[in-house]
Amino acid sequence: MKTISMILALAITAIAAAMPFDAFASGALVGVSWSNFQEERWKKDEGAIKEALRKAGARYISADAQGSNEKQLADVEALITKGAKALIILAQDANAVLPAVNRAKEAGIPVIAYDRLIEDPGVLYLTFDNVEVGRMQARAVFAVQPKGNYVLIKGSSTDPNADFLNGGQREVLKPAIDKGDIKIVGEQYTDGWAPEIAQKNMEQILTKNNNKVDAVVASNDGTAGGVVAALRAQNMVGIPLSGQDGDVAALNRIAKGEQTVSVWKDARELGGAAGTYAAKLADGAKPTDIAGVHPWSGGPKKIAIPSVFLKPVAVTKANLNIVIGAGWATKEQVCLGVAAAKAPPVCK
Amino acid sequence: MRSWLERAGFDPRFTSLVLALAAIWIALAIATDGIFLTPRNLYNLSIQTCVTAIMACGMVYLIVARQIDLSVGSQIAFTGMIIAYVQVRWLGPETPDAWLVSIVAGVAAGAILGVFQGWWVAYRGLPAFLVTLAGYLMFRGAAFLVADGQTLAPLSSTFQRIGGGVSGSIGPAWSWILCAIACAWVIGQAVQARRSRARYNAAMATVGADAAKVLITCAALVAFVAVVCAYPDPTSTAANGVPEGKGIGIPVLILIVVAAALSIIARRTRFGRHVFAYGGNPEAAFLSGLHVKRVVLALFVMMGALSAIAATITTSRLNSGTHSIGQMAELYVIAATVIGGTSFAGGIGTIPGAIVGALMIQSLDNGMVLMDVSSANRQIFIGLILIAAVWADALYTRKIAR
Repeated sequence: MKTISMILALAITAIAAAMPFDAFASGALVGVSWSNFQEERWKKDEGAIKEALRKAGARYISADAQGSNEKQLADVEALITKGAKALIILAQDANAVLPAVNRAKEAGIPVIAYDRLIEDPGVLYLTFDNVEVGRMQARAVFAVQPKGNYVLIKGSSTDPNADFLNGGQREVLKPAIDKGDIKIVGEQYTDGWAPEIAQKNMEQILTKNNNKVDAVVASNDGTAGGVVAALRAQNMVGIPLSGQDGDVAALNRIAKGEQTVSVWKDARELGGAAGTYAAKLADGAKPTDIAGVHPWSGGPKKIAIPSVFLKPVAVTKANLNIVIGAGWATKEQVCLGVAAAKAPPVCK
Repeated sequence: MRSWLERAGFDPRFTSLVLALAAIWIALAIATDGIFLTPRNLYNLSIQTCVTAIMACGMVYLIVARQIDLSVGSQIAFTGMIIAYVQVRWLGPETPDAWLVSIVAGVAAGAILGVFQGWWVAYRGLPAFLVTLAGYLMFRGAAFLVADGQTLAPLSSTFQRIGGGVSGSIGPAWSWILCAIACAWVIGQAVQARRSRARYNAAMATVGADAAKVLITCAALVAFVAVVCAYPDPTSTAANGVPEGKGIGIPVLILIVVAAALSIIARRTRFGRHVFAYGGNPEAAFLSGLHVKRVVLALFVMMGALSAIAATITTSRLNSGTHSIGQMAELYVIAATVIGGTSFAGGIGTIPGAIVGALMIQSLDNGMVLMDVSSANRQIFIGLILIAAVWADALYTRKIAR
């Protein structure tokens, strides 16, 4: 009994300590419902959202659903009760979140679907364009290797983004494939986006084709790392290779000439946009009033949703300075172990 | 057929496993126009199998003792991140001996995970299934926190050799020397076993049967070494332009050391006998005064250390530490162990069986990628093989009981 009461006391203290004090400042309240704040990247998003809200004179409150659909529904209700005038929701599940969105609609509170799709015509969908990411990956590889044998290392088969990416990649490569300039000699999903699975798959594809592979379109930097490891064992490092995420390790590979491109989605840009838009919506603006908004109906249910797609950046040897300038990675990290003779401009 | 094999001293279960593997290899060789059986692919296969096989060796012990560890995949992720962290963030990858320190740190971390799980299971009496399910979640979370989800790369160039990639093998000369030593050891063992059996007037297989066994084992060793030496090293810089053969990969050597050590522990040490005694009949073992709790704790510590060794190979192969490695590894490891004839009823299981089980799963995975089979179909197929193995095991056990 004593232990239980002690645990309770500790829990209450912890909750009290976690309470956002800035909730008592002035200005319109904007509530953010995170699906799972444990993941590192959302801290970057949160910082940007807070900053944008502060600039717009709005205040930030948040709740973390810890990966639970039920908790996210309760979180949204709590944010509404606390007086949020606009909501930013990072949905744990595109469908299970709909009751929460309806609750907000009943209360007349605008909702921004942040990064992940919520298929409801009433929300403003704000994300990076994943099909465009795929196009940029293929374009960058195609630019240096317009002919030859291509390998597609796709993402996890359970992640819809993997197919969006693949759709974009194939769209760019299709004319060359039809002409016969490019031949896809291997294509595999990577379960769980796990690099060591990408490595095994790449090893097998190389074996099957007797190393006759001219370029690899990998869907993110983790799988690209696996591909480089497989290429190294065959002394083939340096053939055109794509990635995504701007991983520090991948930026280093780009500086060394082991990877061609990493498509980078700056989380702070997304967070900043969400904060700015949320403040506008809280002041009574309609989603359709936002600059750059267009109806998009590419989701599973084909419902037209007002959407804003941010453009990612293709980071190559030529523009590595962008990530350093943005404070994403340091020059030391990017240029670690780069040979002076072949160093890209940013490392000189 | 079976009784003849048994009389000749062949383990029928292991023999049928090897025959099944042979059948799978032939089928894959036909389906891939022979690519599957090229030296290059067999070298890759030997390397790809090691990670699962090393962990399966530890899992044999656990399942024999009626325990389970569902957290091995997360253990690889965590210990792999520790290894990468020590090299990249703490010491710097090219510091001399950084690679060695990192491996020691990784194995220590794995052992600590094992102490944690083993303590809850052995001294607090919680079911291993639940404790290691919790470990599965916790260790993966911990792996993320080591570097806040970042990928740590590149690793030490010495360390990279452990993965069997560039300069990751011992070359033909050493491979043949090791092969000769191994064959001599196999022959010596057989002679010694016959002598000691003769001394105690114990039942013995015929000379011909034992000779056949030794011959088959040595032929398999020679064939393996011949194959890996026939694979020309793609990064070879031989002066005369003729690339040198790869030889035995370093991960394979690690696997051999682990398997030999664990086999000897199982058969020759008190600890090994205690594990099998406990698995066969926990109550009897307890009543005969075995330190049951200590044995269970030690098993989990051993599993943690083996996961760290597997993590060493994985991170070295990838030349980077990422927190997403080892997903579903627990399933493949347990599947390999069960396919290899380890029984969930406890008390029965062998290390060579588990290794052949791991080799079988990896052969299917390896061969089916060569055939352009999608990952979804591969999973279905490997699942079916698992069911078939357990079914065969059930039939066999029933026959013995009769």
